Amino acid sequence: GPLSERPLLEVRLGELHTWISTCHVSPQGLLGAVQKAWSSYCAKYIHMRRGGPSGISMLLAGYCLLSYGWNYQHLKRHRWRKYH
Amino acid sequence: VLHTTRPLHTTQQSLAPVPPLPEKGGEVRHGLIPEEFFQFLYPKTGVTGPYMLGTGLLLYFLSKEIYVINHETVAAACILAVIIYGIKKFGADVAAFADKLNEEKMATALAMKNEAIQTLQKAIEEEKKEQWRVEGRNYLFDAKRNNIAMLLEANYRERLLMVYNEVKRRLDYQVAMQNLMRQKEQNHMIQWVEKSVVQSITPQQQKESIAKCILDLKALSKSAHAAV
Repeated sequence: GPLSERPLLEVRLGELHTWISTCHVSPQGLLGAVQKAWSSYCAKYIHMRRGGPSGISMLLAGYCLLSYGWNYQHLKRHRWRKYH
Repeated sequence: VLHTTRPLHTTQQSLAPVPPLPEKGGEVRHGLIPEEFFQFLYPKTGVTGPYMLGTGLLLYFLSKEIYVINHETVAAACILAVIIYGIKKFGADVAAFADKLNEEKMATALAMKNEAIQTLQKAIEEEKKEQWRVEGRNYLFDAKRNNIAMLLEANYRERLLMVYNEVKRRLDYQVAMQNLMRQKEQNHMIQWVEKSVVQSITPQQQKESIAKCILDLKALSKSAHAAV
């Protein structure tokens, strides 16, 4: 399909630059993109009849990773060894 | 505020009926990694590729201490163990319970829908029956017309009888009047005649007639004596 309307996962690495230039960078555009991403995640992993723990556990894992990343500079000070 | 000039349900997209939820959504392996990742690596590295990648990354993070082991690691390990034990043990039951709740909701909604459909169908049948009944309106009108004709006839005959009675009454009155007049005239005449006759009998004639009666009586008595 046309480049600007393809979802991000289907864009090849070489076309990433052009893809970024075609998306609408504005508060409404970003909000719309976030909304679309969230609704597609919900539709794929949460809104189903026989779902498991996967839908929420992936969100929690992502939250764990994000918070580890935000606190990395502080955690770096509690390393066990100085030289790796 | 509903703008009644706006056409409703003209486009294909409408909010009802809502499509049902899919049975299974995106596949996730081990509860954390989507299946697409494994499929993405399968052509190049086969089945064990993602696991090797995971192990390698883990060891790299640990050895370079990009991931630092501290008290939180122990806490996370304990929490994860408890969570996984809980899910493995009670997952099926909770899922069955949730499914049962859903089923009940669906059943009530479906029952309502079916009931509404039944009511409407019954209404349709009743309506059809009424329409069939309407076809017999000719008989109804005929019966009504007959009734009215009978009423009119009865009324007419009643009035005919009344007319007859009234006329007869008047005629009888006339007849009675005539009879009465005649009777009165007759009586009057008789009386007048009697009066004039009685008046015309002079005393002279009276004596003569009495003497004659006595003579007749004597003669009769004689003949009677003779007969006995």
